Amino acid sequence: MVALSHRLADRGIDRHLFLLVPATLFVAALFIYPFCYGLGLSLQPAQGGTFGAYREFFTDAYQRDTIMTTLKIALPAALLNVVASVPIAYKMRGRFRGKRLLTTVLVVPITLGTVLTAEGLLNFLGPTGWFNRTLLAAGIVDTPLTLTHNYTGVFLSLVITGFPFAFLLVLSYLSGIDPSLERAGATLGAGWAQRFFRITLPLLAPGLATTFCLTFVLAFSVFPSAILVGDPSGSTRVISIAAYEAAYVRYDYAAGSAAALIMGVVELIVIAVVLGLRSLLYTGTTSGGKG
Amino acid sequence: MTRPRLGTWFIGTAITIFFIGLAGVVGSVVVNSFGTRWFDTWLPEGFTPDWYGQAWDEFTLLPVLGVTLTVCLLVAVISVLVGVPASYVLARRAFPGRRALYLLFLLPILMPPITYGIPLATVLYKYGLAGHLSGVVLANLVPSIPFVILTMTPFIEQIDPAVERAARMCGARTVQIFTKILAPLLIPGILAATILVVVRTVGMFELTFLTAGPDSQTLVVALFYSMSAAGIRAQQSVDAMAVIYTAMMLVLLVVALRFVNPTQLVARVKDDSE
Repeated sequence: MVALSHRLADRGIDRHLFLLVPATLFVAALFIYPFCYGLGLSLQPAQGGTFGAYREFFTDAYQRDTIMTTLKIALPAALLNVVASVPIAYKMRGRFRGKRLLTTVLVVPITLGTVLTAEGLLNFLGPTGWFNRTLLAAGIVDTPLTLTHNYTGVFLSLVITGFPFAFLLVLSYLSGIDPSLERAGATLGAGWAQRFFRITLPLLAPGLATTFCLTFVLAFSVFPSAILVGDPSGSTRVISIAAYEAAYVRYDYAAGSAAALIMGVVELIVIAVVLGLRSLLYTGTTSGGKG
Repeated sequence: MTRPRLGTWFIGTAITIFFIGLAGVVGSVVVNSFGTRWFDTWLPEGFTPDWYGQAWDEFTLLPVLGVTLTVCLLVAVISVLVGVPASYVLARRAFPGRRALYLLFLLPILMPPITYGIPLATVLYKYGLAGHLSGVVLANLVPSIPFVILTMTPFIEQIDPAVERAARMCGARTVQIFTKILAPLLIPGILAATILVVVRTVGMFELTFLTAGPDSQTLVVALFYSMSAAGIRAQQSVDAMAVIYTAMMLVLLVVALRFVNPTQLVARVKDDSE
């Protein structure tokens, strides 16, 4: 008995691992079990056999197209947020007055969340909102632009909540890169562009991939803003709306679970592709070292 | 030297446009909530604080605020109690299956809430838990416990294990090490994690929306319902409620920023690419 526990302890298994039990049980009971239950439900539709719910989803264009709609909103929004953050964060990586204030203000839209952002966008960008009023007064347009209840509204709401998120992450990755590396490059005669593209960007790239994934998850799960500032039955009918409608409007739990699982799989495929590309990049120390 | 200056100018413009947009979004909600009638003019015809009283009565905000606070506190306390011991083991021990376990805790954060929210709500309804406070709390724990674990693991890793070994040599038991040595060192991290969980729970729309019943709605869900039922209620009254929500979030934010760095509010990404 003693010998066994010693042998296990040598491999790192001892009583302390019991501390993991509550958290693991929670995640298993509230995350893994519901997933399996949902999978089971999705395979037992009222009609159509085992894969009936999935077949129905992929044969009905109204359901199937939600995948493309979601990707068409989420991918450009996530890409724009990450790409726009890089030069801005690069400019701001040093210390300067008001940096804390600026980062604080940027956190505001993240904490406000999508529901409030949607409400604000409806007021601000609506046909008689301040934005259109300014454009009309300045004589830039003749008729108010339609910016809400369509693709643009949802896209802008994703930029407002997603950009600060991406920016703060990129900024923290950039601050982790030792500035002496760039100074060394400058000493050796590298210009601005060479330093950025050959030193900073390669070191930053894995961080950008992670940032893209997290921003994409946020954009992909767009739900309240797609309903409130979007066009939930047409151009912004995203897959989360399809899943919600199936489960809570039509009470077809098989279809709802199937749509939710398809949504998860599509998202994981995109993340897997990005992380796969990331593993091709250099991921090592970003500090200068003494060597 | 023209290129850097041009770049600075361009970035300044981009930031300014973003902030003007942000100010417009928040400002128009605030102005509308105080306005009397606002149709085709720059500003409302007059200003009145009446909408706040009306919003308070109409949306029964007091119970909603009570529910929001109860849910947040319960979620924060439970996720810290469950998450911190787990992150201690993950930070200190190497054992078979550690990476798999880490991945398991990462998954709920990587998944969109709607994806697991729908099966989760179905399960919770099956056991009669959804539609009450307990269902909302349970659903919100799903992303919160992993979040605490992922935030606390790097924090514990940076505490020198020599301190614990010294205590153990002096004869302290595991419980004593936890209460006398680790807890005081962990307080700042736990505080930060708690506040972050509260901020995330107040803003968490999807999970609460899927599991809440009529008397267990949090503020953000009540706001969504009043917005999507627009036309029934005066727009200004909805905006007044939105301002109350904003104010609550801003107070939380000010408190949070006393303890944590803004980047931590977003995510604490540990680059685990040894």
